[in-house]
Amino acid sequence: MSRRALVVACTAIYIFLMLPLLVVFPISLSSAAYMQFPPPGLSWQWYERFIDDPQWVDATVRSLYVGVATAILALALGVPLSFSLVRGRFAGRWLVDRIALAPLIVPTIILSIAVYGMFAKLKLIGEWYGLVIAHTVLALPFVVLVMSAGLRDFDRGLEQAAEGLGASRPRTLLRITLPLMRPSLVSAGLLAFISSFDELVVALFLAGPNMTLPKKMFDNILMEIDPTIAAVSVMQILLVSIVLVLIGRFGRGLKSAGR
Amino acid sequence: MFSRMSGRLLGIAPAVPALIVLFVFFLYPVVRMLGYSIEGGTFEWYAKALGEGLYLQVFLNTFEIAFWVTAICLVLGYPLGFLLATTTPGWATLGFIFVLLPLWTSVLVRTYAWMVLLGRNGVFNRAMLEAGLISDPIPMLNNFSGVLIGMVHVLLPYMVLPIYGAVRRVDPSLVSAAEGLGASNARIFRRVYLPLTLPGIFAGAVIVFVLSLGFYITPALLGGGRVIMVAVMIEQQVHQTLNWPFAAALSASLLVVTLAIYALAQRFTRSSEAA
Repeated sequence: MSRRALVVACTAIYIFLMLPLLVVFPISLSSAAYMQFPPPGLSWQWYERFIDDPQWVDATVRSLYVGVATAILALALGVPLSFSLVRGRFAGRWLVDRIALAPLIVPTIILSIAVYGMFAKLKLIGEWYGLVIAHTVLALPFVVLVMSAGLRDFDRGLEQAAEGLGASRPRTLLRITLPLMRPSLVSAGLLAFISSFDELVVALFLAGPNMTLPKKMFDNILMEIDPTIAAVSVMQILLVSIVLVLIGRFGRGLKSAGR
Repeated sequence: MFSRMSGRLLGIAPAVPALIVLFVFFLYPVVRMLGYSIEGGTFEWYAKALGEGLYLQVFLNTFEIAFWVTAICLVLGYPLGFLLATTTPGWATLGFIFVLLPLWTSVLVRTYAWMVLLGRNGVFNRAMLEAGLISDPIPMLNNFSGVLIGMVHVLLPYMVLPIYGAVRRVDPSLVSAAEGLGASNARIFRRVYLPLTLPGIFAGAVIVFVLSLGFYITPALLGGGRVIMVAVMIEQQVHQTLNWPFAAALSASLLVVTLAIYALAQRFTRSSEAA
């Protein structure tokens, strides 16, 4: 295959990848009362409907704080775990490594119904922190992957220098290691946030009557497919774009952001 | 001796809080749930899951879909990964943005967009009707092809990234040598790139296939109730029929297949590295 044929083929594949993201923009601005393409005119009505509907707003707010809480908890648990995995020397390290990445391999539906069974007995269905715990389990592998890659590239000579100059271990960690690891921390935290913010399957089981944004979208797609969801989609795409820009600017390795 | 001991203890201590959470909220509930499938010491639920034609068919459908998704992702993902790995850094960055943006966009957003594009009154059908290419809308949704399109769109980046990595690792001097010796582009691809990027192809194919097996959202929305995959059936057993032992047996079967494919893949990768 010549280079030109390759470029043509890839252009077509890129159209396939980007078309669904682009098509929601004109639909979200449609003045028609139902899904129509191309839109007969432009209006902000679907954005207004989103803002005026407390269900949509509540679901969005809930997804935001569940996502933030998940990111914080996943970092609090995942960062020390990554230190252990990369720098620790103990029996069974390979097993800990497997367990930490297992939520990525086990199909989400299995994790969902298992935790659902447990939380139903504990009366945790519908509690936002129940969802945070389950989302943290799903986000941990992302934190571990990003942090471990960062730690493996870390120049330990800098820590030895600090300790040689008399800094204590905690001081070295706080003043040298963690500041230098900031790009990895930023990427890991943002990935954990997005993984929770977008998560549907666990939320379908654990959220109970309380909607998260993906659950509200799912119900909306099943029931009445009006262009409000296109407006929500546009806002989601913009949010993800901002997060990717943040990762590119302050985080480590856009290319390591594959999930 | 003492310092080695304390070093060892420090080694695992930071992992303990995360391990507790993973044990209590992941391993324990999953093992407990899977245990329901053999409660009362009977294997009847497995016999039902894998013996009855209806349910076996769902497993076979799931494999068939996973196979086609993997094949299509490979055909589309290889050129893309190859181009990204061999183009200039500026184009590669731009190209990566357009792979990662869909990857990180909510699966729900993308599924909704495909409904808009592929539906009976969707963008494609409308355009083709108006252009006079067709006289009746083509059914592209609520069937096998709709699920395939939606799943390929979600999983394609997982194929592109490992292939990109594999092509990057190919030593450019091998390509120059082949060119210098007069090999055609096709021959260079077949004799240099293809064998050297086989591990990347393999890694991508395994990830895509295994993720396909557990897919829920896309078949649930684009399949229109006509394309049932295992994950959809598990959800129905829990939410609608409340048949936990059967859901557990289905889950266990899905999990065993998933883990077996990973284990085989790792073994294969290790032996090919050793060779």
